[in-house]
Amino acid sequence: MILTIFTAVIVVSLIGAALAGVLVISEHYLNDYGRCRIMINDERELDIEGGRDLLSLLASEKIFIPSACGGRSTCGLCKLKVLEGAGPLLPTEEPFLDETERQSNVRLACQVKVRGDLKIEIPKELFAIREYTCKCTEITDLTYDIKLFRFELIEPKTIDYIPGQYVQLQAPAYKKSSEEVYRAYSIASDPAEKNLIDLIIRLVPGGICTTYCFEYLKVGDEVKMNGPYGEFRLSETDAPIVFIAGGSGMAPIKCMLHQMKNTQNKRKATYFFGANQPRDLFLLDLMKEFEKQLPDFHFVPVLSEPNGAGHLEYEKGLVTDAVRRNLKNATKSEAYLCGSPGMIEAAIKVLLELGMSEEKTFYDKFE
Amino acid sequence: MNGTSQLSHAFIVFVSAIFTQNILLSYFLGFCPFIGVSREVKTSFGLGIAVIFVMTSTCLLNWLAYQYVIEPLNLHFFRFILFIIIIAAFVQFVEMVIERYSPSLYQRLGVFLPLITVNCAILGASLFMVIREYSFIVTFGYGLGSGIGWFLAIIAMAGIRQKLANDRIPRGLQGPGITLIIAGLMALAFIGFTGVLSGN
Repeated sequence: MILTIFTAVIVVSLIGAALAGVLVISEHYLNDYGRCRIMINDERELDIEGGRDLLSLLASEKIFIPSACGGRSTCGLCKLKVLEGAGPLLPTEEPFLDETERQSNVRLACQVKVRGDLKIEIPKELFAIREYTCKCTEITDLTYDIKLFRFELIEPKTIDYIPGQYVQLQAPAYKKSSEEVYRAYSIASDPAEKNLIDLIIRLVPGGICTTYCFEYLKVGDEVKMNGPYGEFRLSETDAPIVFIAGGSGMAPIKCMLHQMKNTQNKRKATYFFGANQPRDLFLLDLMKEFEKQLPDFHFVPVLSEPNGAGHLEYEKGLVTDAVRRNLKNATKSEAYLCGSPGMIEAAIKVLLELGMSEEKTFYDKFE
Repeated sequence: MNGTSQLSHAFIVFVSAIFTQNILLSYFLGFCPFIGVSREVKTSFGLGIAVIFVMTSTCLLNWLAYQYVIEPLNLHFFRFILFIIIIAAFVQFVEMVIERYSPSLYQRLGVFLPLITVNCAILGASLFMVIREYSFIVTFGYGLGSGIGWFLAIIAMAGIRQKLANDRIPRGLQGPGITLIIAGLMALAFIGFTGVLSGN
C-alpha cells in the first residue's frame, strides 16, 4: 500500500518534471525572436532581444511608460501608439481603448509582445522620466494607518517635477510577493527641495506595496522609483481654488500648497479635508502655517463621525455637505480633487450643481 | 482483432462519437465553453477546431501514458492527475508552437487554447477511451470523432443563437436559459441518429 503510494508520487513527479523540462526547453528555442529593432518617434532606434512585452523591454532600456498595475492589463495606463508590427488588437486590450484610439493605433504596451521590428510613438515628456535610486531617511506616523515616507535621492541627485505629479515606487521581491511590483504615489514634498521625495501612504490591508512600506521598509533602506508622471497640476489662471481630498489624497495638494507658497501665489484657495473621526486628521500644524503664509488660504477639516463633544471647531457631515454649505457659488472657481473614484464623482456632482463647469474640475483618482 | 477489423471498428467508433454518442449532447461534457463561447459562429469555429485538434492528440498521448506507465505500474487511481498534467502541458506546448510559427492562427485561437485545458470533454474523452479499452487506432477514431462531434454541436448552437439574437425572448429566459433549452432540443434531435449504426 505504502509502496504503491510512493511509486505513484514518484511517477507523477517524474512525468511532471519531464513535461516541465520539455516546456522550458521548447520555450527557450521557440520564444527566440532574435534581435528586434524598435523605432521610436522616427528619431531613436533601439536594437533589443525580442520575445517579451513592449512595456518591460522599454523599461529595461530606461524608457518608463506609466503603469499602475505593473503589466497585468488592469489599469490601462501604458497606452502608446504602435504604428507598425503589433498585430491585431487583443481581447485584453479592448476594454481600455475607445474608437478614436483604435483608429489611431493606440495599444497597451504591456500586452504588445515584441515579435519583430516595431515602429512606435511615445509622447515627448515620457523621455524625461527617469529611474531614481533613493534612501529612506524618515518614516513618520501621520495617523493610525497613514505614514509619511521621506526619501533622499542618491542617483540622480535631483528631480524636477510639476506639483500634482506622481512617481512609481518599486517594492522589491519580499516574503509576500515573489516579484518586484510598482505602485503609483503622488509626490507630497516641497518642490523647492529637489533632492527629496515625500510620499504619503495609507496601509491597504493585503496590499503588496503598502505592506512592504509599512512592515519591511526601514530607515536607511535603498529603494527605486521612477517618474514623474501625470497631468494633475494647477492651472495658470487667477480663478479661486477649491481643493477636496481626504486621507492620503492630501499628498498632491500639499505639494501644490508648497508651490503656491514658494511662488507667492495670491489665488484664493479653500481646502476641504474629509475624514471620519478626529483621529483621521493630520498635518494640522502645517496647514495652519500655510493659512498664515499664504495670502488667502483656508483649511476646512470635515468630520463625518465627530464622536462625542468637543471638536466644535470642525465642520460636520460629509465633505460634499461642507462644500455645499461654504461655497454658495462655484461658477468662477476651479476644483482640484484627489481620492477614491466614489468621492470624486460625488464631489463633481455637487460642484456642477453649484455652477462650476466640468472642464474646471481636475482630479487624480485612486484606482 | 486483425488490421482490417481494427480499422472498421475505429470507423464505427468515429461515426458514433460524432452522432449517436456525441460527447456534448449525450454525455453533457464540455458544457461551460459550449454555453459561454457560442454567441458567434466565427469564434465557435475557432474553438471547435482547437478542440478537435487537442482532443485527438491528447487521447493518443494519454493512451500511450496509460499503456506504458499506468498499466504496468498498476497506478489506475492516478490516471486523472496524470491525464490532466499531460493535457495541460500539451496545450501549453501547442500554444507556443502556434505563436511562433503561425501568428495569424495564434491570433484566431489565442484565447481559446488555454481555455481548452479546463474543458472537461477533453479529459472525459481520455477517460472513456480507458474504460472502453480501445486500441490505439480506435482511440484515434474516437478522439477525432468526439472532437468533430463537439465542433458540430457548438457550430450548430452558434448558428441558432445568431439567428435568435434579433428575436424577442422572454426576459427570464435570455442568455443561458434559452441556450440550455436549445441544447436539450438538439440532444433530442441527435437521439434520432440512434440505430443508424446498429440497424444493419
